[in-house]
This record gives sequence, structure tokens and C-alpha cells, in this order.
Amino acid sequence: MGKKLVEDKSNVLPGDVIVEGDYLSDRGTYKENGKVKSKVLGVARIEKSKVRVIPLSGGYIPKEGDKVIGKVSGIGPSHWWIELDSPYDGYLSLAEGSEEFIDLDETELSDVYDIGDIIYTEVIKVTSEKDVKLSMQDRICKKLTGGRIVRISPSRVPRLIGKGGSMVEMIKNKTDSRIIIGQNGIVWIGGGKEDLALEAVKTVDERGHGRGLKEKVEKILNKR
Amino acid sequence: MSENKELLKNGKRIDGRGIEDLRDMEAEVGIFKRADGSGYFRMGNTEAVAAVFGPRELHPKHRQKPKRGILQCRYNLTPFSVEDRKRPGPSRRGKEIGKVSEGALSSIVFLEEFPTATIDVYMEVISADAGTRCVALNAASIALADAGVPMKGLISACAAGKIEDTPVLDLKGEEDKDGQVDLPIAMNAETGDITLLQMDGMTDIDEMDEMLGLAVKGCKKVAEKQREALMKTFEDSK
Repeated sequence: MGKKLVEDKSNVLPGDVIVEGDYLSDRGTYKENGKVKSKVLGVARIEKSKVRVIPLSGGYIPKEGDKVIGKVSGIGPSHWWIELDSPYDGYLSLAEGSEEFIDLDETELSDVYDIGDIIYTEVIKVTSEKDVKLSMQDRICKKLTGGRIVRISPSRVPRLIGKGGSMVEMIKNKTDSRIIIGQNGIVWIGGGKEDLALEAVKTVDERGHGRGLKEKVEKILNKR
Repeated sequence: MSENKELLKNGKRIDGRGIEDLRDMEAEVGIFKRADGSGYFRMGNTEAVAAVFGPRELHPKHRQKPKRGILQCRYNLTPFSVEDRKRPGPSRRGKEIGKVSEGALSSIVFLEEFPTATIDVYMEVISADAGTRCVALNAASIALADAGVPMKGLISACAAGKIEDTPVLDLKGEEDKDGQVDLPIAMNAETGDITLLQMDGMTDIDEMDEMLGLAVKGCKKVAEKQREALMKTFEDSK
């Protein structure tokens, strides 16, 4: 078994050696000469056999299985282009665009999703050249109308969801808002006390690291 | 070469430093809100800021690489940074330093994780007193880390040189102007990989070794300063 060179949950910089020997390198780390080193500025997590680093910041790179929120930016003969707030746009084909059959002789693609529409969608395939394929087949994927959109750092998304969804559930309960979180850091808030929910989400974004985040958010939610 | 000024007297330099002393340093992370990552670095009277944007889509499209991303660097001396106002706009020197900085930084970034994309680094020197490329690179390196760009390590840069036939560390303006050699290097201080090495002036191989040794020592001290600044970002976000 390997040797730990830093404690679990310690802050690391790129190039810092986290462990030596028999560990697997997970997200945010790389292996060099039998040492697992950090790739990013973040918090190291050492598990039984693998090591990962939770980054403090960074953009979104699409990953298969992610549910994201995007904006329709272009329409082709049988597909849509979706902006994902990432270097790579998503491709949504006609077949994946809807559960129902769309007859191109009778409907325009823009009647289904028009340019500027916001959709909640799933990443189903990412090639090595980072061509991103999206799908709306999952039942929770839909076009989002009304409500508000806020951007947070993608690295804060796990904090906003909380353990088993506890953080977002708390915000939902206290504000009666519906909240949808995209893995790419786009958050949709609709209905209820939108202002308050927005403030809570922004608090998570700004103070996303360190302990006692839940108490801080609770305090804001109870204020009004 | 004008020898009217005494650059070295009893082992002390014109600003009172010893042969192996760096100028005082200051570093700050996250100075620009609208950039993905940013940094400030100062060594003596040389100051630089850097902003990082990306990874983002690269245009024009024909410059995209299908298997890896690219890193683009801009180095600029602001008009007010030097004694006689510099004419603003791109210059031969600025372009060249941008180019070598690209090489110095891209060798530590995991560019293969961002095919077709670009990472843009903008370095602006706001006050120049020798060693501007080193200070700019130091700022750029902490800005890259702040942006969450995956990297093998940090790049630390520092110059060594020769004044009055003596190898010294971290030249300042007058020493650069009236000295014999200027040798800026950039390296990954953790692994010892040198990613930039330039030299101006004439020397022999033994002195070269001595100066390189000095510069490497300097880079290690710079790395400590960068680490200190980056560690502060953890406190700020609490």
C-alpha cells in the first residue's frame, strides 16, 4: 500500500505530491514516477485506493451522463446547436430532440426549440475530439420557460446540491421555488420567492468552500 | 559599456543587496473579477498583472488542433511602465516575449484535455525595472492556477546575471543596463525542468553554470512566494 504525504482534505496546488505508491489517480490528479500529484488548485481527497482533487475553480468540460442547462444557438436542417457555457457546443439531433415523432413536412424545427430557448438536457456522448451529443429522451429533460437563470462556478455545483441533495432541498422548501441545476453551472430558478432563492444560490457560489456553508445559507433563508 | 557607476562595492550592490539576494516580492491572486483567473506579481520595482481566459472556443477555426488545445500568450509593456513613454501597440520585442512565454507555459499545461480549444493568457507589465518577462511569467503562472487550468506544476521565473565579472541574482534596471550578462530562466521549481532560458551578453561555461545555479535558487524562492499567495485563496472563499 502507498504512503500519504498530505492529510485528507488538505489544500493542494498544481504539482503537489499527494500520495506515493499503490494509489489510483482519479479526477484532478496525475501519476508520475509512482507518485500521485495534483493537477489543480483544490482540496485533496484520499480514499481507500484512489485519490482525487476537488478543484476550487475551473470551467465546464462536457462529460457523458451529465444533465446540463443550455441555450439554443443555432438550427440546422435536422438538428439544433446548444450553447453549454463551455468551449464545446452541444449537438441535438432531431431523433434525440423529442420523445414524439416530429414530421419535418408539417413542423419547423424552430417550433420545437427556437433560438434563444433554454433547455434542460442530457449529455449522451462525448467523442475524443469533444463533439458533444445531447438528448432530450430522458423524462426530466425539458424546455425551461419563465423563471430565472443564474451562472455559478461549475466547481460549486456539488456544494449547491449538497449531500444527497440536502442543500438544494432546503432552499426549495424554504422558498417554494423550483430549482434545476445543470452540471455546467447554470441554475434555473422558477416560482416562489425567487429573489431569496437567488440570494441563497449566489451565497453558495461565493462562499462555496470551507465549513458551515449550510448554516450560512440557512441564516439567509430565515432572515425573511 | 559605461563604467562610471560602481555596481558592486564590498559585496554589496547599488540597492544594498548581496550577490545572492532577490528583490522584495509581492504576489496576489484573483485581482480581476471578470477574468477566469488572474494574478499580480512584483519584484522590486518591476510589476506585472496577468489574466487568463478559457479554456474557450478558438477562432479562427483553421488554427484549432483536433487532438489538443493551444495556449496563446500576450506580453505587453504598458506605455507608462518605462522611463521614456513607450509607443503603445505590438512591438517586435513584445511579440517575441509572448512567443517564448507560450512555450514556457504550455509545457506544463495539460493541453490534451481541451482539444480544439484555447487558453488565453494576457500579461501586462505595469512597471518595468529589468526582469519583466520573469515577473510577467510569475503572474501568469498563478493566474493559470487561479483559473483552475490543469497543470503539472507551477512555473517560477527569475533572472541571474553578471556585473563587474561577478555572477549575481535578479538584476535590477541599472545592473541590467550596465552589466555584462542577463540570463532569465523559467522552470518548474518542484521537478527542476527548465522551460525558458535566454541570455544576453557574453560569458564562459563555468560562469554560465554558476549563474544558472543562482537562477535556480532564485526560482525556488519565487515558487515559495507563489505558493503563499495561492494558499490565501482558500481563506478568501471561506
